[in-house]
Amino acid sequence: MIPITLTVNGEKVSRHVEPRRHLIDFLRLDLGLTGSHAGCEHGVCGACTLRVNGKIMRGCLILAASLDGADVVTIEGLSESGEVADLQAAFVARNAAQCGFCTPGMVMTAAELLAEGGSPTRGEIREYLSGNYCRCTGYQAIVDAVEDTLRSRGATP
Amino acid sequence: MNEITPASIGLSREDLPNSYIGRSVPRPNVPKLVQGRATYTDDVTLPRMLHAAFLRSPHAHAKISAIDTARAKAVPGVIRVFTGHDLAKICDPWVATLDHLKGMKSAPQYPLPLSRATWQGEPIVAVVAESRAAAEDGVAALQVEFEALPAQTDMETALAPGVVVIHPELGDNLVFTRTAETGDVAAAFAAAHKVVEARFVTGRHTGVTLEPRSIIADYNPADETLTVYHSTQAPHMMQGVFAKQLRMKEGDVRVICKDVGGSFGIKVHVYPDEVAVAAMARIVGRPVKFVADRFESFVSDIHARDHRIKGRLAVDAEGRVLAFDIDDLTGIGPYSVYPRTSAIEGNQVVNLCGGPYDFKNYRCTTTVVLQNKTPTCQYRAVGHPIATAVTEGLMDLAAEALGMDPLEIRRRNLIRDDAYPYTSPPGMRFEGLSHHASLNKLLDLVPLERIRADQTEARQRGIYRGIGFASFIELTNPSPFMYGIGGARISAQDGCTVRMDPDGSIVASSGVTEQGQGTEAILAQIVAHGVGVPVNRVKIITGDTQTTPYGGGTWACRGAGIGGEAALQSAIALKQQILEVAGAMLQAAPETLDIAMGEITDKASGKPRMTLFELGRIVYFRGDTLPKDLQRELVQTRHFITKEYPFAFTNGIQASWVEVDPATGMVKLLEHWCVEDCGRVVNPMLVDEQVRGGIVQGIGGALYEHCVYDAEGNLLTTTLADYLVPMSAEMPEIHVGHVETPTRESLLGAKGAGEAGTAGAPAAIMNAINDALKPLNARVHEQPFTPERILRALGTIA
Amino acid sequence: MKWPAMGYARARSLAELWSALEGHGDAAQIIAGGQTLLATLAFRLSEPGTLIDITGIAELHGISNSGQVLRLGALTLHADLCSNPLVKAHAPLLAAAAPLIAHPAIRNRGTLGGSLAYADPAAELPACMVALDATIIAASAKGERRIPAAAFFTDLLQTALEPQEIIAAVEIPVTQRLGAIEEITRRSGDYAMAGLAATLALEAGRIVAPRFVYFGVGNIPVLAAAASRALEGRSLDKASISAAQAALTEDLDPPRDLHGPPEMKRHLARVLTERVLLGFLNPKVQAA
Repeated sequence: MIPITLTVNGEKVSRHVEPRRHLIDFLRLDLGLTGSHAGCEHGVCGACTLRVNGKIMRGCLILAASLDGADVVTIEGLSESGEVADLQAAFVARNAAQCGFCTPGMVMTAAELLAEGGSPTRGEIREYLSGNYCRCTGYQAIVDAVEDTLRSRGATP
Repeated sequence: MNEITPASIGLSREDLPNSYIGRSVPRPNVPKLVQGRATYTDDVTLPRMLHAAFLRSPHAHAKISAIDTARAKAVPGVIRVFTGHDLAKICDPWVATLDHLKGMKSAPQYPLPLSRATWQGEPIVAVVAESRAAAEDGVAALQVEFEALPAQTDMETALAPGVVVIHPELGDNLVFTRTAETGDVAAAFAAAHKVVEARFVTGRHTGVTLEPRSIIADYNPADETLTVYHSTQAPHMMQGVFAKQLRMKEGDVRVICKDVGGSFGIKVHVYPDEVAVAAMARIVGRPVKFVADRFESFVSDIHARDHRIKGRLAVDAEGRVLAFDIDDLTGIGPYSVYPRTSAIEGNQVVNLCGGPYDFKNYRCTTTVVLQNKTPTCQYRAVGHPIATAVTEGLMDLAAEALGMDPLEIRRRNLIRDDAYPYTSPPGMRFEGLSHHASLNKLLDLVPLERIRADQTEARQRGIYRGIGFASFIELTNPSPFMYGIGGARISAQDGCTVRMDPDGSIVASSGVTEQGQGTEAILAQIVAHGVGVPVNRVKIITGDTQTTPYGGGTWACRGAGIGGEAALQSAIALKQQILEVAGAMLQAAPETLDIAMGEITDKASGKPRMTLFELGRIVYFRGDTLPKDLQRELVQTRHFITKEYPFAFTNGIQASWVEVDPATGMVKLLEHWCVEDCGRVVNPMLVDEQVRGGIVQGIGGALYEHCVYDAEGNLLTTTLADYLVPMSAEMPEIHVGHVETPTRESLLGAKGAGEAGTAGAPAAIMNAINDALKPLNARVHEQPFTPERILRALGTIA
Repeated sequence: MKWPAMGYARARSLAELWSALEGHGDAAQIIAGGQTLLATLAFRLSEPGTLIDITGIAELHGISNSGQVLRLGALTLHADLCSNPLVKAHAPLLAAAAPLIAHPAIRNRGTLGGSLAYADPAAELPACMVALDATIIAASAKGERRIPAAAFFTDLLQTALEPQEIIAAVEIPVTQRLGAIEEITRRSGDYAMAGLAATLALEAGRIVAPRFVYFGVGNIPVLAAAASRALEGRSLDKASISAAQAALTEDLDPPRDLHGPPEMKRHLARVLTERVLLGFLNPKVQAA
């Protein structure tokens, strides 16, 4: 078992973990943070996308054991911070979430796009989200929600 | 975050109370989804919960010679190991046939097989452990000997003499065959001005729900009850299935649906591994959880749409359809899937070909055969994409043979909008469709002249663009004619109980279910409308067999039309009951009163008389002040079933604008349009989003998704890297329009909308690709339309 | 599937790394970003032994320009290749290739060293390194070795690295050569059905020392010698493009895969050849 101390959603967490534990299972099983989802466990679907040390990554492709000293932000923490409350409200208004399983990963990815600043076009928004699988929406409402948020932040192309 | 006030969705007091129907009210479910606060089945933890993992057959067909569990049992964390024989002691096998599909046959299927594996991926041995990882360690330590057997993997040879008969006791590999024939097909073809024909193929593919199949079964030996948390579309059906297979009373089984991460039909079927989990829970007396991982999902979720179809169309000199003659062959798995059966998809092809058109002569045969591949069954739009591709592909071929515009040939043949009721050649009864109005509306949306001009100009630059159309019909609001008459305990009726609580808020519990399409949202709108309260004062309960009226759940687009109608009728009945009490309290005749935005009002003047909060206070806490003989239960239940029509058919038309790169065979989707008529639209935004999502799912089958097998029955596409699902960068903008032809079967008038997008998209894309390739004399009819197939059609590769 | 049981150790320096590798022997596996290794472990086809995490080793980080050579530490992230100004200035081919790799979340953790060590035949960076005539700096307890990229990729998923040897850095000659990368993928971020990373110099309108490296078309990135010879010294025009396409039959022996038969890859390689060369011919046209 490997001892790790890291920050999760602003809280210091100390645990012992098996090397075989990926970050998503650490969050879900050890910390009860079930907002992060595993959809494929091979890094392709994007459902597990969350923020590690300020950047989005695939939680299913990270060893919890490697995160000593790391800073992790999950959808729960991102929501509590209010950083993308406008994006989340846009998701509600545009019905950009249907079953919701992809949504945490989608919101985290869109949040990084918004954090980068810039004024992406619809095509660039689609490109940025191209690693997040959604089976329900067909993506258009999600792009609409991101675009609405950019517009309300004054970041139109 | 989401305060749905009347003003926020553009309602004024004067609009009320009849205004939530037809409004794009945001779903109250979404805030928890965007904050990561939903609860999917895998988010549920129960005390002493165990986890199951399965050893799955590596062979398409094999005898199970020996199972040695000793090493597996010794793995740390492993609690029990179960074989087929262990579970057969307490769990009965099932046979998936329907009586009304004459002659249908299928072999009994156990949760884990007793002696033989018949598809690669079939669960063979189960390990139950303290964690999923430990259970997998246990599986890795199992020693199972297989003796590989020859596999039957080619549907075209399944009925040939001398081939492997997968279940010898059935005699052959034929599951079901049916021919529908009307009129005089031979004469029609003989008299035809033009005959066109083609061989169509739809590729086997699967649902890929992002939340995999998930189940927790919890047996309490003290009171002999089984509680199952199940990511399923049909909890009541599953209650019956678990009770039947485990020899329990239905009342002792409870099925609970938490949030479901997508289903699309994948989660409405009975899976052997899930029944195994229930059986194992029964034995160990502790909760057992199983979540299929993605690799398991590819190999064990039901597949669908593995068809080869020969189609012929005869037309006269005016381009009128004289006859369709279709021969459909489909290869399923080694078992028909329970309880809806794997013959329905082929049966739908027979029922739906030629659907939008007015003609007399029809012959369509389906032949459904067994294969040693993953079992197949109903998946979003069941059979419609196939029938629509064949029909619309033949119509385009006929148009070309006649030198006629593809829209013109459709105009000449679409059933007239005033021709209803109408019975189609295969016997489908249509109450009221709007093919022509939909086509006209489509042409309002599609800038066709500009597109054709662009197409011509682009061709001169060596750029090949095309536009394709597809008219379609879609089956919704099913009656017992779909399953019930075949003996299946699948409920076509549905119920809703609506009650008013002391504070004036409304709670409605319904037998239909939510998987993201917005069932709970529209039920809230309907109930709010029916009772007369603001929509955010309505709580909806679904997905619990113990607390909801008996219903059918979600399938064949029945949530709005059937579940919604039950909700409306019970809400109206509750309103009536409330007004009776209000009348007693206000000394007014109930007919002179109304309820608007949670207040009892004077109907004539609109003047508010009393709040529901006040009425609730009196009824629940000061009943002494009411007349002694007054009926005062503020709760009403109504159940609804369709009565006149076996299905509420809907219709639509789609257009796809594409660019094909003849150098690479790559298809770029430029834009997509759909006009559809689902009757009364309860929430336009949700319907549009269902259509968009359905279209993208259809795009998946048309261009990307394919479960590829080798000749030995090994599945080659087992990861999301090999099996390609549609992602955002390649998807077009999709424009949706509506025509509304309500059904008169219900007050609400709603038909279903969930599958329309998927039904028509592949055909529209196929026709668009072929329109693009026309100058190059290339044509494709085999889905998915991969670069390889397009390059082959172009003659670029052999 | 869940990963099998394994060990985990962090090496904080190269010295610690060598001693960990020595100690664990064959059971040791290097982990950097883990974007390939951990996905592979999910298939539960191999026993991972002990993962030795090298992400904390300072000597493996860093991007520097000596004037002659751009040195990229093995732990350079794909995201860094996308955005680093030195890369944009001195190895624009890499700045163009990196955004094609998978998706942002992968690029934020995947490393250059990982991509080269795993040598996926359809990956972009191995082909780019061959096209750039880069040198792989391999390091072990015994010291450093310099391996030309063209000799580094030896067979399907195999490299010239010896056991207990890692990639420490990659050196790219700083030149005025032109570079281009094009690939044909079903979806954005997918592995290529076929791809081409090419560099060349144009002197007085003549092609000098072209290096055309095809990926997704064989076990390793294919430096197309015949096609390159067919272009050498010629002016860049329709005729030289055809000559290069024709010469490719000598260079390529593609396998069949899920996308199609060998002839399809051959065909796509010809298409890529034309597109890349037209791009050099008319950069404005290419951008459109």
